[in-house]
Amino acid sequence: MKAHLTRRYVFSASHRLHSDELSEAENREVYGKCNNPYGHGHNYALEVTVSGQVDARTGMVCNLVELDEAVRREVLERFDHENLNQRVEFAAAVPTTEKLSEVIFQILKQNFKAAHLENVRLEETLRNSFEYSGDA
Amino acid sequence: MVYLTRKCEFSASHYYHNPEFSDEENRRIFGKCANINGHGHNYTLEVTVKGEVDPKTGFVVDLKDLKEILNREVLDAMDHRHLNKEVPEFKDRIPTTENLAIAIWNRLERKLKVARLHRVRVYEMPDLFVDFYGES
Repeated sequence: MKAHLTRRYVFSASHRLHSDELSEAENREVYGKCNNPYGHGHNYALEVTVSGQVDARTGMVCNLVELDEAVRREVLERFDHENLNQRVEFAAAVPTTEKLSEVIFQILKQNFKAAHLENVRLEETLRNSFEYSGDA
Repeated sequence: MVYLTRKCEFSASHYYHNPEFSDEENRRIFGKCANINGHGHNYTLEVTVKGEVDPKTGFVVDLKDLKEILNREVLDAMDHRHLNKEVPEFKDRIPTTENLAIAIWNRLERKLKVARLHRVRVYEMPDLFVDFYGES
């Protein structure tokens, strides 16, 4: 029996949306107030969905302690209370929440093997959320 | 095809214990959920059904019927109950959120007449939920 399990985490980080490939005026036009020079922050809510067969002996898709530990070590410690623009993951990319959800998906894909990673959903505010499930 | 989701809440107690495991293994695998005195949660259940919209009524499903099935099959059986001791599915199966989603699916699927069951989502806590889409 295959089930999907989703766990929610919270972290806070700052960013500034700015592309070196665009002019100052284009950056302002494309990114609006997200382009303000000193950046701003969000409380991000991260939902990680994994799937797998429900183990007949434990009744579980995977051990939540292991999932929590992987997300804490690989995602929360990396990004919580950090400036995303300064992180190596965004050395060559604008830290939009689209890109951040893709980066988190790739990090978890490499570092959590106990169940199949289905989807990463990231809420930037109560009104914006982004999802990445890998390239089809 | 239209998808309709109905939400309800129930509160129940449970504990995780596999008699095939030693006490030490039960504690290691299930952590504090292994305490055989049990503990409880406020569960939120979201049931999604799908079907064609009936041109005469504009409904995918008669909400009264769906509510009655939910009340009878799920809430009457599980609300303010001890899942291990009072719900037959968990006599020899561990009442994890995964198994709870599967048990609720099995209870509902055979009772639905018009619409088809698409997804059962069970929240154990606001930061943890399981989705079950059936056997496929």
